[in-house]
Amino acid sequence: MSEPVVQIRNLTLALPAGADRPHAVEDLSLDLVPGKILCVVGESGSGKSMSAYALTGLLPRALRIAGGEIRFEGRDLLRLDERAWRELRGRRIAMIFQEPMTALNPVMRIGDQIAEMFEAHDLLTQKERRERAVALAREVGLPTPEQIVRSYPHQLSGGQRQRAMIAMALALEPAILVADEPTTALDVTTQAQILKLIRDLQQRRNMAVLFITHDFGVVADIADHVAVLQRGRLVESGPAEAVLRSPQAAYTRALLAAVPSLTPPPREPITAAPVALSVANLAKTYATRTGLFGKPRVVAAVREVGFDLRRGETLGLVGESGSGKSTTARLAIRLIEPDRGTVRLGSLDFTALGPTSLRDERRRIQMIFQDPFASLNPRRTVEQIIAGGPIAHGTPARQARARARELLDLVGLPPSAAERYPNAFSGGQRQRIGIARALAMEPDVLVADEAVSALDVSVQAQVLALLEDLKQRLGIAMLFITHDLRVAATICDRIAVMHRGEIVEMNRTEALFRAPEHPYTRSLLAAVPGALFAGTA
Amino acid sequence: MTPRPATLTPAPAEVALPPARSPAAIALRRGLSHGGFLIGAAIVGFIVLAALAAPLIAPHDPYAQDVSRRLIPPVWHAKGGVAHLLGTDKLGRDYLSRLIYGSQISLLIGLSAALISGIIGTTLGVLAGYYGGRVDAVVSYVVTTRLAMPVVLVALAMASLVGGSLKVVVLVLGFLLWDRFAVVTRAATRQVRAQDFVAAARAAGFGPVRILAQEILPNILNALIVVATLEMAHAILLEAALSFLGLGVQPPLPSWGLMIAEGKQYMFFQPWVITIPGVALLVLVLGINLLGDGVRDITAPEGRH
Repeated sequence: MSEPVVQIRNLTLALPAGADRPHAVEDLSLDLVPGKILCVVGESGSGKSMSAYALTGLLPRALRIAGGEIRFEGRDLLRLDERAWRELRGRRIAMIFQEPMTALNPVMRIGDQIAEMFEAHDLLTQKERRERAVALAREVGLPTPEQIVRSYPHQLSGGQRQRAMIAMALALEPAILVADEPTTALDVTTQAQILKLIRDLQQRRNMAVLFITHDFGVVADIADHVAVLQRGRLVESGPAEAVLRSPQAAYTRALLAAVPSLTPPPREPITAAPVALSVANLAKTYATRTGLFGKPRVVAAVREVGFDLRRGETLGLVGESGSGKSTTARLAIRLIEPDRGTVRLGSLDFTALGPTSLRDERRRIQMIFQDPFASLNPRRTVEQIIAGGPIAHGTPARQARARARELLDLVGLPPSAAERYPNAFSGGQRQRIGIARALAMEPDVLVADEAVSALDVSVQAQVLALLEDLKQRLGIAMLFITHDLRVAATICDRIAVMHRGEIVEMNRTEALFRAPEHPYTRSLLAAVPGALFAGTA
Repeated sequence: MTPRPATLTPAPAEVALPPARSPAAIALRRGLSHGGFLIGAAIVGFIVLAALAAPLIAPHDPYAQDVSRRLIPPVWHAKGGVAHLLGTDKLGRDYLSRLIYGSQISLLIGLSAALISGIIGTTLGVLAGYYGGRVDAVVSYVVTTRLAMPVVLVALAMASLVGGSLKVVVLVLGFLLWDRFAVVTRAATRQVRAQDFVAAARAAGFGPVRILAQEILPNILNALIVVATLEMAHAILLEAALSFLGLGVQPPLPSWGLMIAEGKQYMFFQPWVITIPGVALLVLVLGINLLGDGVRDITAPEGRH
């Protein structure tokens, strides 16, 4: 094993007074080795991103360096001034970010942004810079490099943007690449390609990579070494194989156990229960006009989608971004109006209702939203949020409030939560409140739109268990929209795979995972990170 | 199916909640450590108290003329006296009393003009922001039309047509100053409307009135308060300007703008006749603006935890 190029020793970063703990990162020691990828894993708030920022000298002002050192090429990085950092950043240490759309300058051509890396460090001539930009675009696998360097970020797909970011990072042949959740915003198939690209480039150039992620699947695919952070402390580190196969720390074991397995548990098919939700030939087309005289751009978001959902059954709607799964969910509860097709709740034709009767019948189908922060009104107490729906439908306020407290208990929150405002709760707790609000309406059908995607794995596991329990107990039918096949495998009885607005395959979960028929389903399954890593659950 | 315990999965280790604090309580706590907010609140509070208690604290009748005691300088001047702390005007009326009663006029005009324009502007803005589409197009057209009219010119024209009086000034300003309310609430409403909790309210079968009252309005209140303070200050200054030009509040009412107008012919020899009401105006407007900025600062980043 070669000498480490970076040694982080006893790094301690102090949080400002009034934070939930004194240190963002405490006594952290890590080594970066040339040609190896070190994955730093942890849940949100574990300090993993802060360790990346410390290594690039981009720490937020509020954080104070309270101790330790980062040794790199004979210097302590923590003692560098801004001028020395500018010299180092980009040239020796490069960084790629989570959101390639916001990390790229939207009004500058891709090629110019790559060439700017040389310009900022006064290297090469104009012509050479342009040639290098094209060569780099080719190296990171951008199609038609000569042409693509002339396009703007918005003309590229998410994966292409991330490739362009990587090209920028590689321009000056840095010794260290810091990647902060670089694939989190990408679809699984794109994610698989980008991970492979990072892996290839890092091997070819013998770079040391610090890879920040929350996803153990990604860790299993890419890491040589793993460091697990919990609330700013290093709880375990070692070779990836060892940490994943036989974790020593209890926290690592708990985290790994919370990762949903790709092997679906056996489930009885539900065929006898009455149909709760029946969707047929649902279609929605969006036409966006660009400018006053521009030709309208027509996008078929949902095309002829149909499925039946029985009481007590969970149907997963999986697909990548833009596949139309969220639009389908919003069409089903009539937050948006379909162009064609019907949604039936039992015997009721939901799509044929006029405004007044629609308002009355809406209670029969309820939704759980993705973003636990945007889906609760910050100005109302939890009790008002949960009881508001029934009160609007004529339940006496007293009774509705009493019911709200029962529901809080049902979703595992103390009754004292009723008086609080949403800002007092964590993401997982907020999601429980959102579930209680949906249940307060006593719906026949629950639509969960990426309901656990914004949550950490451990919280995600709890919320999934809660949903499973509720479904069993109350016999609710659930339409579960997700991009995460592991989550789908855990909770769904049947899965419908959506691609470009159509359901390309629908089958029982077990059968779908065992023998996917449609090529798109197969490519989705193949792209799931850490496919071989089953999870220890 | 794996058997599960009778009670549903509790939220482990999360049950300990921080003490209950409403957003209003958090804002108040922040306000007490915000310098600008405290200074603004102190100034405005002081002037409001003076206006309310005017009959009790004013040393003289603000309308009582005494030609034998004209243009007495304030007490700090060599020729001044304690009988008239801020001196007297050209008709021998006590300046301090007129200043105190004048604050009533300024505050009355500021508040009522902001209230009228606030109701007009917020209604238009919220409807445009919530419904979008055609409603938005119509409202935007009306706002643009209004923005194309120069406020001072139209106010002058209206006041000279109808004749200046307190009521006319309030109505003219109220019907002219709603544009910022409309623009700001429209943008704020659009933002709130896109949030999932509004979708959740619609999915729960709430009608538009309930959604606007419970989900939208409380969430745009911050922006509304800030605009209201700005427009109050704006209205107070416009009243002073109209009164100065003789088209606003009519004598003998003690308006600050009118006091400046009446003093302008003496300004080279008795500068305090215009500096005293001028400074009073400056301080009140400054106080209101500090208060508004303070409210914006302490309520803006809604603490998520």
